[in-house]
Amino acid sequence: MTTTSTPPTATATTGPAAEPPAGPPDAPFPIRFLPRLPTRFRVPAAFLLGAVLLVGVAPLLLSDFRLGLLAKYLCYGIVAVGVSLAWGRGGLLVLGQGVFFGLGGYAMAMHLKLADAAATGQPLPDFMQLYGTEGGLPWWWQPFANPVFALAMTVLLPMAVAALLGVLVFRRRVKGAYFAILSQALAAALAIWLVGQQATTGGTNGLTDFQGFFGYDLNDPVNQRMVYIVIAIALLLLMALARQLFVSRYGELLVAVRDSEERVRFLGYNPANVKLVAYVAAAGMAGLAGALFVPAVGIISPALIGVVPSIGFVIGAAVGGRASLVGAVLGAIAVAWAQSTLSDAWPAGWTYLQGLLFVVAVGFLPGGLASLRTVLRGRRTPDPGAGTTTKGAAA
Amino acid sequence: MTVILNQSFTGVSIGAVLLLIALGLTLTFGQMGVINMAHGEFIMAGAYTTYVLQKPIGDAGLSLLVALPTAFLVAGAMGALLEWLLIRRLYTRPLDTLLVTWGVSLMLQQLARDVFGAPNVQTTAPDLLTGSVTVAGVNLANSRLFILGFALLCVCGLAMVLRATPLGRRIRAVVQNRDLAEVSGIATGRVDRTTFFIGSGLAGMAGVALTLIGPIGPTTGTNYIVDAFLVVVVGGIGRLRGAVITAFVLGLLQSVLEYSTTVSVAKVVVLVGIVAFLQWRPQGLYTVRTRSLV
Repeated sequence: MTTTSTPPTATATTGPAAEPPAGPPDAPFPIRFLPRLPTRFRVPAAFLLGAVLLVGVAPLLLSDFRLGLLAKYLCYGIVAVGVSLAWGRGGLLVLGQGVFFGLGGYAMAMHLKLADAAATGQPLPDFMQLYGTEGGLPWWWQPFANPVFALAMTVLLPMAVAALLGVLVFRRRVKGAYFAILSQALAAALAIWLVGQQATTGGTNGLTDFQGFFGYDLNDPVNQRMVYIVIAIALLLLMALARQLFVSRYGELLVAVRDSEERVRFLGYNPANVKLVAYVAAAGMAGLAGALFVPAVGIISPALIGVVPSIGFVIGAAVGGRASLVGAVLGAIAVAWAQSTLSDAWPAGWTYLQGLLFVVAVGFLPGGLASLRTVLRGRRTPDPGAGTTTKGAAA
Repeated sequence: MTVILNQSFTGVSIGAVLLLIALGLTLTFGQMGVINMAHGEFIMAGAYTTYVLQKPIGDAGLSLLVALPTAFLVAGAMGALLEWLLIRRLYTRPLDTLLVTWGVSLMLQQLARDVFGAPNVQTTAPDLLTGSVTVAGVNLANSRLFILGFALLCVCGLAMVLRATPLGRRIRAVVQNRDLAEVSGIATGRVDRTTFFIGSGLAGMAGVALTLIGPIGPTTGTNYIVDAFLVVVVGGIGRLRGAVITAFVLGLLQSVLEYSTTVSVAKVVVLVGIVAFLQWRPQGLYTVRTRSLV
């Protein structure tokens, strides 16, 4: 058996007690620890184990600093859930997830800024006073003073943008590569626009230096732990939701569209709608991740959402295994961990490694680490045409 | 009026740069279906070639003349190597070529940073190209005129190669029907590599041209790559004519919008315009007629 090849990657990457070995049946390793359970209980049990580790054990074992870092990686994990849905299952190469991450993040950050300003009795957020914004608060900032509106916008705004682009692109059957390039151009445009609007968006610096989070003091470690718990629960819920989606009729349809769009069309479905749902859902998840990223990390800026970070969101999923939900999430967390660990100590080396990871993972192991077992057993990665392991083949 | 003409000239010169970069992409992306994100780094390689050659040669004009063919060879060799090492394994998975070549592009950027340093470097332009001529009140920078002429020359050269040479015939044959070309005795693998060599070589020459309009650095290529891809997408896959028209239209649109609004707003508006255009012609301006679905 070659199972030993998979766990080291997971443990080596996520740090002590950090990994949730939960998930769908195509993740082979957790099942090794639960041999006697009937098949139908294995996934829930693995999920439960992951949840206990993530929510119960990790906060006890990790220092405040490490827990904060883990919270950040989990945000990338949330994005990866969407990437796994849209790219892994749907074959839509989403190179612009930074846009949605950014929209969610900025929506949250704008509210926190306004709340901070209101708490200190200032009419404008601090950076606007610094840049001398004329004419008071811009009109599009004003609604974000309302917490309910701001929270809704963190998810609805990315979904609306994705729906608009998706309708325009998918209805006209704009093909895969075109879609990837357009979504990438969107990321570039948003980042450039944000940098250009220094006075109202903070420009290159972005929005930072938040004091409170819905009445809680963000500088208090206890509240930072609360933010971590919220993020961990959000990740677990979204993974459960995505898994349900994968095993549903819709999930089957999505894979069918990826593998042969024309056949699905001839069967009477509209592939545009199928793709749209996956894209919009992925955008909503990225938006939520961005919104949670802001209180956890304390900054949102164009550098976090431009072309390079947008492709970065895809890296983790590619390395871990785009078609496997757990693989994608663990991969995203692992790559984020590797990035922050290595890029401080050895920035040049990290860039080389990142490039190499991409070349090897996508070029030679299209199913990612999740498919390593299958490949090592001597079976070729199934379906190189789609570049992804299909669900049936990996199970 | 002068303002309009000046802006138009700026637009045309942006278009010329885009065209130079998009030419190579039209070959590799258009004809072969490979999305080469490392194309930007081949541009960078061409630019650094100029920088390296200028030190020993000294004379700016002579070094520019030497740099153009050298950059073509250097970038072309890099492209052929990339094709041989990675891309030929991925012809059935075009979306994955995007990600793999992006990984390569990351490594090449870092390599440039390690070899030449992170700050931008400046080359000296020949005296002939530093001045400007004034026609009808419009100030035309010589360097920009040179790039415009050079871009058009490259288009004509490429079109000639594709239409009139045996190599061009083979390239077109492989693009139209790979299997039939193979059984007709064409070594498709070698044709692929040659196509890639030419496409990447064109990127290298674009890089030489870019040294005339500003400093160059490790991210030189990346700054243009997204725009160049948009040119190819709007122009229609593999259509030289489409690329030429689109490059100039996008350049003009960009410069006019930049003048009337801001750089960042112009970017967003151009992108919206492209998405709107694709509603009208999803396959781009010019398309190869096929009977395939989609």
